[in-house]
Amino acid sequence: MSNAIVVKDLVKTFGGKRSLFGGTGHAVHAVKGVSFELKQNETLAIVGESGSGKSTIARMLVGLETPTSGTIAIGGQDYAELHAKGSREFGQMIQYVFQDPVASLNPRKTIDTILDVPLKLLRGYDSEKRKARKRELLDAVQMPSDTLERYPHEFSGGQAQRIAIARALAAEAKIMVLDEPVSALDVSVQAQVLLLLDDLKREFDLSYLFISHDLAVVESVSDRVAVMYLGEMVELDTAEKLFAAPGHEYTRELIASAPRLERERQSRPETDRRGTTELSSRA
Amino acid sequence: MGGYILKRLAYAVPVIIGLSIIVFGIMAAIPGSTALAILGSFATPENVERVNRELGLDLPIWQQYFVWVGNILQGDFGHSYILRRPVLDEILERFSATLILAGASLILCSIFGILAGVVSAVRQFGWTDRIVTFFVLIGISTPAFWLGLLFILIFAVQLRVLPASGMYAVYGGGDLPDLLRHLILPAVTLAIVATGVIARLTRAAMLEVLRQDYVRTARAKGLDERKVIYRHAFKAALVSIIPVIGIQAGFVMGGAVYIETVFQWPGIGAMLVNAISTRDIILVQGGVLLVATTYVLINLLTDVAQALLDPRLKT
Amino acid sequence: MTQALATTSTSVSTARLSSWSLLLNNRLATAGLIILTVIGAIALLAPWLPIPNPNTTLPANRLQPILSDGHLLGTDHLGRDILSRLIWGSRVSIAVGVSATLIAALVGSLIGLVSGYARGTTDNVLMRGIDMIMAFPYILLALAIVAVLGPGLLNALYAIAIVNIPFFARNVRGITVGLASREFVDAARLSGKTHAAILFTEVLPNVLPVIVITMSTTVGWMILETAGLSFLGLGAQPPQADLGSMLGEGRRLLFTAPHVSIIPGLMIFALVMSINLLGDGVRDVLDPRLRAGDLTRPLSVTRVKRKTAPAPVEASDAILDVRGLETSFQRGRATVPAVKGVSFALRKGECMGLIGESGSGKSVTALSLLGLVASPPGVITDGTVAIEGEDVFSRSETGIRALRGAKVAYVFQDPLTTLHPLYRVGEQIAEAITAHQRIGKGEARARAIALMEQVGIRDAKDRVDAYPHEMSGGQRQRIGIAMALANDPDIIIADEPTTALDVTVQAKILDLLQNLRKERGMALLLITHDFGVVAQVCDRVAVMKDGEIVEAGETAELLRAPQHPYTQKLIACVPELGQGKAFLETVRPLFAEGKP
Repeated sequence: MSNAIVVKDLVKTFGGKRSLFGGTGHAVHAVKGVSFELKQNETLAIVGESGSGKSTIARMLVGLETPTSGTIAIGGQDYAELHAKGSREFGQMIQYVFQDPVASLNPRKTIDTILDVPLKLLRGYDSEKRKARKRELLDAVQMPSDTLERYPHEFSGGQAQRIAIARALAAEAKIMVLDEPVSALDVSVQAQVLLLLDDLKREFDLSYLFISHDLAVVESVSDRVAVMYLGEMVELDTAEKLFAAPGHEYTRELIASAPRLERERQSRPETDRRGTTELSSRA
Repeated sequence: MGGYILKRLAYAVPVIIGLSIIVFGIMAAIPGSTALAILGSFATPENVERVNRELGLDLPIWQQYFVWVGNILQGDFGHSYILRRPVLDEILERFSATLILAGASLILCSIFGILAGVVSAVRQFGWTDRIVTFFVLIGISTPAFWLGLLFILIFAVQLRVLPASGMYAVYGGGDLPDLLRHLILPAVTLAIVATGVIARLTRAAMLEVLRQDYVRTARAKGLDERKVIYRHAFKAALVSIIPVIGIQAGFVMGGAVYIETVFQWPGIGAMLVNAISTRDIILVQGGVLLVATTYVLINLLTDVAQALLDPRLKT
Repeated sequence: MTQALATTSTSVSTARLSSWSLLLNNRLATAGLIILTVIGAIALLAPWLPIPNPNTTLPANRLQPILSDGHLLGTDHLGRDILSRLIWGSRVSIAVGVSATLIAALVGSLIGLVSGYARGTTDNVLMRGIDMIMAFPYILLALAIVAVLGPGLLNALYAIAIVNIPFFARNVRGITVGLASREFVDAARLSGKTHAAILFTEVLPNVLPVIVITMSTTVGWMILETAGLSFLGLGAQPPQADLGSMLGEGRRLLFTAPHVSIIPGLMIFALVMSINLLGDGVRDVLDPRLRAGDLTRPLSVTRVKRKTAPAPVEASDAILDVRGLETSFQRGRATVPAVKGVSFALRKGECMGLIGESGSGKSVTALSLLGLVASPPGVITDGTVAIEGEDVFSRSETGIRALRGAKVAYVFQDPLTTLHPLYRVGEQIAEAITAHQRIGKGEARARAIALMEQVGIRDAKDRVDAYPHEMSGGQRQRIGIAMALANDPDIIIADEPTTALDVTVQAKILDLLQNLRKERGMALLLITHDFGVVAQVCDRVAVMKDGEIVEAGETAELLRAPQHPYTQKLIACVPELGQGKAFLETVRPLFAEGKP
């Protein structure tokens, strides 16, 4: 079992159903036939801009959206079969970390009750064991133990994301889908969370599917990178190769557009950014 | 826009059909035989059977419905046995009186409600705001039928400046000034509660809009405050005020029931109350259907007005 | 570091006022609560009070006036004691109103919850049903229901409850739809919760305040409506009386004995008014937006209340000279500074970056310059902003308005919310011109088209009549820039102009800003959180932290050799293309001491 996730010809189309008074609604082809695999202990990044379909893929993988067509296998098991076994089996295989950490925590629940749910429902631990696990989880994400009796709004974005990661870890799944996990955070906090994710991956033997729009972040964490553009995966390669020698025009434009610090003052020809074709005519 | 109106019209059709089913269903569910109500002391079994057959009441209920709808589509709303005249004649006559009353109060409450709401939002926490807020609270806490009685006591009995009841003077009336004199008290009474509701929501909508980023943009452009408030904020607030006016239209049409009873205004509300107590089911059916259909059309109008104002709603 | 942040929140939570004391702070609500408690207590104690039987008739004693012997409020046409009937009647009215509210709230909320959470067909069916009920004018439907069920108090109760169900269903559905698409609901699903568990343990607690608010604002209404039905003779039947039927019976004696109808009316009014006062208070306490004071109307210019007299403006070559700026926010009685003693200067044609993390005060600084900070709660508490050698805050409102959009123009962050949704983009640009120049409509439109062409919008002649929602994010931001250019300003203040945009679009917008600046010799103050953006366009940069500028200098210099530890850390934390996985190893030592 070397592949954590195998996706083949995945398609998702929103809308397009017949409406009440005849006439077909406007169909949005969010994902148009995407195939890839996530290897064991690998970090595979999916980059793309808004509307590229990257988040839709992530949501399909964890069962928050139903694919229109195509197959998914998670941990060697067929997605549909796994799903049929119930949310418990499913949740133990794959977990998800949301972009907006504060929104992913119910404002009216304490962290204790939030962390309790997966331990009880997905792992079935008794209360003694749950108590011990909660402490371990908070240790793992480097949060103080008095975190438990607090409410989500009492935490900053970075802290809330740590808690959300702890909740994902609670299920003891080996595959994590991280949907823009650091986009809502300030740079210094972003770096801390990236470090934490890196540590956790080694400590718990995890595989990451890392969704992001930020190329620099992606390069710093991923083994392989896939580029999405308008629902299609235009390129998939190891991080080194993709960033050194992008194959697709769109990838080149993305790389050229990324603002740089130029700490080393490496001169970058102006044409680098201008020379790209008018791929994104939306602007 | 034309497409939007057509779409919205198409949507109103099933609603009206649904209404007709509910109205028919409710009336069919009324206990007590219609024939008995009509015949009164002449209700021998033979007579009952004859009346039932004449009215089609011996048919299955769904057939009765289609017969009823078919007749209505041909303009035949049936015959009121209590009033001894066609239902359509009665409800049209009554309905025009209600429309005058409800229309006048709707105009009153829209004008004063929006004005009071805007002024009180613009002068938030100032004296005007406090006074408006206080009167709004009084307005929405007062039973309209009681207020009507108070008005009669004050303006008709004590001051003797306005007539206490009716639509026209019994002797020598009948012209427009006479109608207006009779209209003032019931229209104002009916408008007071609705004014409060509209003022309240207008104030809230204005305050909400004044916080929006685009109002800040308008200020950043250097527009003077009057333009910011009346051109930018008010137009945006109007999008949420219009549906409230639509709801109030329903409210004044319904509230007319009390006011017409208090002021003996010959409208459809007072007619319905009487018809319910005399069990004149055919009359109630026709009246309720007419008022409800009018309300559906008013809602349609408010939707169209809203879409005219807000291009995002057209699709 | 994380510990420190976590412990500071303790003081915040204890400092928050409890809901009760907040409610009692509201004088009107307290008055409502007191009146309601008194009425409620008397009504509740009716069986034990020394009052005559409300239904004992004594025709000889009929229509006694108020304050007559043995009958404080007189008697009615059957000689019954009005005070006693009033107390018993209030008891009935309150009971009916409250029960109707509970039934409507329970059924309506359940429909709303299910419909908003399930969406799809269930939602459609339920909501079309609700639409049907709402297609009837309110009272008309109640009448029809009473017509079916027959007159009677209990039937009136059902009618009022049914008629109010849509109100709850709609309100609750609206909130539920919003909540159901929130991420914590998805998170609960992935944690193994069933739909029913999510609906009742995750969604319901968040909807509950709305249900309570709706109940507290409708219970008065329902008492009025039941009274209305009784008034028409369709509610309480004799000899039982509620306030409405007392009023209805008294109506016939309006001219001879007005007190018989006026007294119960006054009682209804007092009851409903007290409930409404209390209900408004409850709403204010439970609605978090009102609690934070968000719903106050912002003034056209931020309030200025400087602690020290402004220093006279010194002559300098800068076109924008900010000295010791302090902007604060009022939080309750305290005034908390968000920008503390910020000073910087912008020279003609220069581009300066103001960079900082969220909460650093960079946007507040930018908005303060022309008094655009929402006020309340914002107040300028110190410092001067000199534009053209004159202190902005010493100018009149009209004087400040003359600067806005003319000498100094703003470009804001999210063009979707900062453009007016109901006006065509061309109108919005033209309006920016006519605010400062006397030109005709036709000319303004022609100039708007010209401006749109300058900011790179193709087919400007057609697009001039588009609404903002018909454009893409990048195009909308171009409109925002066109609007800023309308009066050839000397300074453009751009507050995170590209944050809401994709990187490829961002690159184009930054190019556009840069080119326009060079062509027209404008100065640009760029507010951003992104060092990459600063590196790309700014000549100089100032770094903000907690409302203060900690370091400023030439961009290249500052990026290469940051002096302040905060700047050093911040820059080190920015991953850059080409660094690859080495990035994490370079930042790891920075946070090593923070670990437990």
